[in-house]
Amino acid sequence: MSAALSRKLPGRIVLLLVFGFLYLPIAVLVLLSFNDSGLPTSWSGFSTRWYGALVANTDILRAAWNTLIVAVFATVISTVLGTLLALGMETRRRKSNGLEALAFAPMVIPDIVLAVALLTFFSRLGLAMGLHTIIISHVIFDLAFVCSVVRARLKHFDFSIVEASRDLGASGWTTFWRVTFRVLLPSIVAGALLAFTLSVDEFIIAFFTAGAGRSSITLPMQIYSMIRFGITPEVNALATVVMGVSATALLISQWLNREQQVP
Amino acid sequence: MVVPCLLVLSYAFFQRGVWGGVEYTFTLENFARVVDPLYAKIFLNSARIALTATVVAILIAYPAAYAISRAPRMTQPILLFFAVLPFWSNYLIRTYAWIVLLNREGLINNLLRTLGYTGEPLSMLYTESAVIIGLVYNYLPFVILAIYSTLSRLNPELMEASRDLGAGPVRTFLRVTLPLTLPGVAAGGVFVFVLSIGNFVTPALLGGGRFQMVGNLVYDQFLTANDWPFGAALGAALILTMIVLLLLQARATAHASGERKAEAER
Repeated sequence: MSAALSRKLPGRIVLLLVFGFLYLPIAVLVLLSFNDSGLPTSWSGFSTRWYGALVANTDILRAAWNTLIVAVFATVISTVLGTLLALGMETRRRKSNGLEALAFAPMVIPDIVLAVALLTFFSRLGLAMGLHTIIISHVIFDLAFVCSVVRARLKHFDFSIVEASRDLGASGWTTFWRVTFRVLLPSIVAGALLAFTLSVDEFIIAFFTAGAGRSSITLPMQIYSMIRFGITPEVNALATVVMGVSATALLISQWLNREQQVP
Repeated sequence: MVVPCLLVLSYAFFQRGVWGGVEYTFTLENFARVVDPLYAKIFLNSARIALTATVVAILIAYPAAYAISRAPRMTQPILLFFAVLPFWSNYLIRTYAWIVLLNREGLINNLLRTLGYTGEPLSMLYTESAVIIGLVYNYLPFVILAIYSTLSRLNPELMEASRDLGAGPVRTFLRVTLPLTLPGVAAGGVFVFVLSIGNFVTPALLGGGRFQMVGNLVYDQFLTANDWPFGAALGAALILTMIVLLLLQARATAHASGERKAEAER
């Protein structure tokens, strides 16, 4: 017993340390957001005043609204295109590595390079920058992720049920809508949530493709400018809210992915 | 089927167009500037910082991934999920958390004072170490994941065989486990390195702008100096670095799996 314990102990200590390292900074932020003084110097009592300040800050509200618009549009467009892309890639007889590399390039290319590439591209087209250019950029970025989530599901997809549906007289469209789409739905929703989370959190690409005006500022951009001015307690509250939203979306997405492994 | 293919092609065109467009305007002069000592120094400096972050991340991630792979089967996915969860929270917020901790008026200095430390508060923020801590913290979950994925695929019989043949735990680890999991280490390492070298947020926030990295340079060229061709040349150099590293990693992985195949055939 003690031998088994001593063999397990180092592993537990390692995990404790690493998880401590990973979660301590986050825990401190969440805790501070409820600190009346809002500064790390002292705890002066529980308070939700920083959340109140958040709701009263019009800059933050506008940024949140912009973020929501960008995320919703980018999610819808990239989910539709990503699903079609995944289907197209999976039903192709001959696998093309070049095509795959191109579709997944946005996942590996350093953000700043992608951001710069999009900025130069938009200005070449003579497109005025704004929320729409952020949306287009996010679609490109999210697309790869949606596509890979849907493709993972397609790998285990039994194409004989599509054939069965066709044999039973269903048209191509009916088969897609009543069979393929239904089977893929959990992974499409998971992909959409992933795209939404990524879009809400994405900073660098939005920063570069937003243009000069303050009208198209998104939440991460707002956070960045707030942080640069030093520690403001409001950021703690904002950070807690943003982390809560992304964690929730991620948990739902995980849960959906888990569901699909059951059959 | 035609629509998605056309889409892929159009997206392919998208990115090419960008690079092609940039290529139009540039002469070799911009690349000459990239290798100019002044900028080459920044490149090398970024590479050094990125490399340090990569090594530190691997040194922390390996034991963690190893411990997770040794945990009971049922708890492994849960541990893994919680190891990766911080990765999904906003990058800026994670970086900001370190400002709060490392600040002169921050939590660590406060803690030291409560513990009876009376000297000058430590200046931990705006140092190279702060930048490295930020980079390690932000990319650690991915390295844990990458190393875990190779560890979990490892055949435990190999370790048993090594033990049976008289090798101690240390020797078994060094001669069997470690070499077989190097592809995961390489994958995680390349990831940290590539993202670190092009990073501009962490050096800007935790380095206080005192540490120029390639990412900051690219940022400056595009948004401050307005020298797009040079910024693009720097970006191209980044991409090139990345492609070389990814190719090396793919080679190493192929090499490792080839060896394993050869062993299996024997």
